[in-house]
Amino acid sequence: MKILNLLVIIIFLFNFNVSNAKDRNLNSKITKNLRCLICQGQSIHDSDTEFANSLKLVVEKKITEGMSENEIYEFLKTKYGEWILYDPALNQKTYILWLLPLLLFLIGGAIIFKNLKIEKN
Amino acid sequence: MGCSAFSKKNMKTKILLPFTIVSFLFIFFILYVGLNRSNIYIPETVTNEKIPTFKVKVFNSEKELTSKEIFENDIYYLLNIWASWCIPCRDEHPYLMELKKNKKLEIIGLNYKDKVKNANNFLNELNNPYTLILSDTDGTIAIEWGAYGVPETFLIYNGKIIKKIIGPMNNNLFKEIERAVK
Repeated sequence: MKILNLLVIIIFLFNFNVSNAKDRNLNSKITKNLRCLICQGQSIHDSDTEFANSLKLVVEKKITEGMSENEIYEFLKTKYGEWILYDPALNQKTYILWLLPLLLFLIGGAIIFKNLKIEKN
Repeated sequence: MGCSAFSKKNMKTKILLPFTIVSFLFIFFILYVGLNRSNIYIPETVTNEKIPTFKVKVFNSEKELTSKEIFENDIYYLLNIWASWCIPCRDEHPYLMELKKNKKLEIIGLNYKDKVKNANNFLNELNNPYTLILSDTDGTIAIEWGAYGVPETFLIYNGKIIKKIIGPMNNNLFKEIERAVK
């Protein structure tokens, strides 16, 4: 019985750690994608300003409340605007940024394809 | 054989030249537009967003209030985020004392990451312009307001933020508030 109790405790602790680690991973993933608005070129994750520290706490709180990653981004976007996200969404201002690499890839591919065809002939 | 090599070369230059010109113009256009666009981030100061919903502790007490209870009346509210360690807060304090005289306006303080003793000393020294002081010990309430730091001031009417002042208040901003609250 003693061993069983011990086993239960160990399993409990183990599970607790796993869920904790998952939350922490998500937390650092989110805070790395957030721009520290009052420091230059730093993410919230890297910064140690009052603003960044509070924001880290808010993200932690929202995760424990059960909010998903995207919901947290949406929440912060309504507070601080799109600028707070490092990963910009596809919209009118950013479509060149997103589509240009794809376009260049297609043009390059077309050139290579054509050259190969000409050489074959 | 010679003929096909010639046509191949000819075709290449035929494609290459327009292609180079088009890509050059394209890059030129993008960089030119980019030159005129400022990359300095300026937060919006005129907003019409609703006030956030939150629960907050009253300064130096155990009482908790919701945002609805705080901003329930049909008057103008000025939410001022301050701290005793914040130097610019001292500069804007006389403006807040002046605004306190306006009967249509209620000034609510949000004490940001501060110690009760220091905050009390600050108010004893410079007087208290606030009708109610809320306490934000970890800075999370300020985030709910979309604030960047201290000091920051929000003018609220009818459950909406109608003006946002980032940084200390000055004479012009003071007059703007006086004009808005009528």
